Amino acid sequence: MNPWMHYLVWPLVKFLVAFIIVQGIVAAMNWVERRLLGFVQARLGPNRVGPKGLLQIIADPVKFLLKEDIVPANAETIAYFLGPILPLIPTFLVYCLIPFGPPPTFVAARVNVAVLLVLALTSTGVYGIILGGWASNNKYSLMGGLRSAAQMVSYEVPFGLSIVGVLMLSGSLDLVKIVNYQADHIWNLFPQLIAAFIFFVAMTAETNRTPFDLPEADSELVGGYHTEYSAMKFAFFMLAEYSAMLVNCCLMTLLFLGGWTLAIGGYGLTTQTLQHMGIPGGMLGVLIFIVKVMTFMLVYIWFRATFPRFRFDQLMDLGWKWMIPLALANIVVTGVVVLLGQSLNFQGEVVLSIAGAAIVGYTLYNLRPRAKVVHASRVSEV
Amino acid sequence: MAANYSVLLVAALIVLSLPVLTLFVLAPLVRASRPNKVKLEPYECGVPASSFAFDHRFSVRYFLIAVLFIIFDVETVFLFPWAIRFKQLGWFGAVEMAVFLAILLVGYFYAWKRKVLTWV
Repeated sequence: MNPWMHYLVWPLVKFLVAFIIVQGIVAAMNWVERRLLGFVQARLGPNRVGPKGLLQIIADPVKFLLKEDIVPANAETIAYFLGPILPLIPTFLVYCLIPFGPPPTFVAARVNVAVLLVLALTSTGVYGIILGGWASNNKYSLMGGLRSAAQMVSYEVPFGLSIVGVLMLSGSLDLVKIVNYQADHIWNLFPQLIAAFIFFVAMTAETNRTPFDLPEADSELVGGYHTEYSAMKFAFFMLAEYSAMLVNCCLMTLLFLGGWTLAIGGYGLTTQTLQHMGIPGGMLGVLIFIVKVMTFMLVYIWFRATFPRFRFDQLMDLGWKWMIPLALANIVVTGVVVLLGQSLNFQGEVVLSIAGAAIVGYTLYNLRPRAKVVHASRVSEV
Repeated sequence: MAANYSVLLVAALIVLSLPVLTLFVLAPLVRASRPNKVKLEPYECGVPASSFAFDHRFSVRYFLIAVLFIIFDVETVFLFPWAIRFKQLGWFGAVEMAVFLAILLVGYFYAWKRKVLTWV
């Protein structure tokens, strides 16, 4: 085959296909989110445009395009325009690196430092927000931008540290190899339970979602960093946020839930099995991947429907005083157990999984439904 | 492998062109545009803005958090290559990393003690 086709054109086609599908999913998720929130709050949600409100997905972008684009008189114009555009590029670019299915076909650019590159790209999202917040020359925007920067920067640390445990087990930065490792052993979710928990909390905070949506806390800061943004520029902020959510869910699936595989200890639908099955196998892998990713997207929405917002000092405390020590402790425990396993000939993953199960059991035991004891002195007050 | 990075580069150009074209070519053709003086004022709950954001200063804690972040992020980057070769390096590597982490934790608790992490 022509090398240009093989190395450039074909991967770019793959990227564009993935990009278009992902944008479709992002638009659809917006509708799903509003519908689900509606049902949680005992109302209908958008149901007027098209059957079940499905054409809302198309109506929203059209409306964004037609609305007036306001640039405040005292804004820093260049930074004001850079704000929404800048975070879009890295979040879109990440879809080049993410394998959506078994390797040769379903990944546009397989890079051996994919995890590092994805982390580097996603963490640039903070620039757009702080630029936009500052350039608007609005006090609410500035506060929102600063808060957002502090929050994203704080949770970047546990986000990175929780991945270290996964890397220690799988010994590679290549997302494909990490997935294969999990198919040959066990989903990292089990031996790295604490890391998975930290990763999930940190990724919720990274994308400014409830309960960590302080940058746009509407009761305190009006709209936060996008107070002064309207029309397409506002749409870009939302698009970047939802794309980042999807990227994070993909990462969670790849790092902790075995990506497109459905196997344990090398048995089941491993990458090799799917590759042998040809195109149907690849499609099956993509389907498994999408189901896992969508599960996490729904959990995001579920969070938004149920949790109240943190206070800012609580948020920073959680990040710096709990998440970082916990993530470091997880690295130390993982290291010691795996090395002991090497020295004494036992499977470190198994021991770590049992420990994780014990933690879950203990937590559930503490959360068990208990008969409410009403103190006698309280009764009179009620 | 280098070819894969060139894919990234070209993809970045494509991705950059999408928002730029939408914002500066497509949207101006179709959108409404009737600016007036009041509309372009910074939003402040409907009342005339008392001051601009650029006139105000903000808490130094944001800066301290940013500095702390750089220290910890560099630490994370330093942990990554170690984590990949962790099984081959064995106990020697683990002890080396434990020393590194210990030094860092001293700084962490110093920052905690000096109330850099306290927000109220």
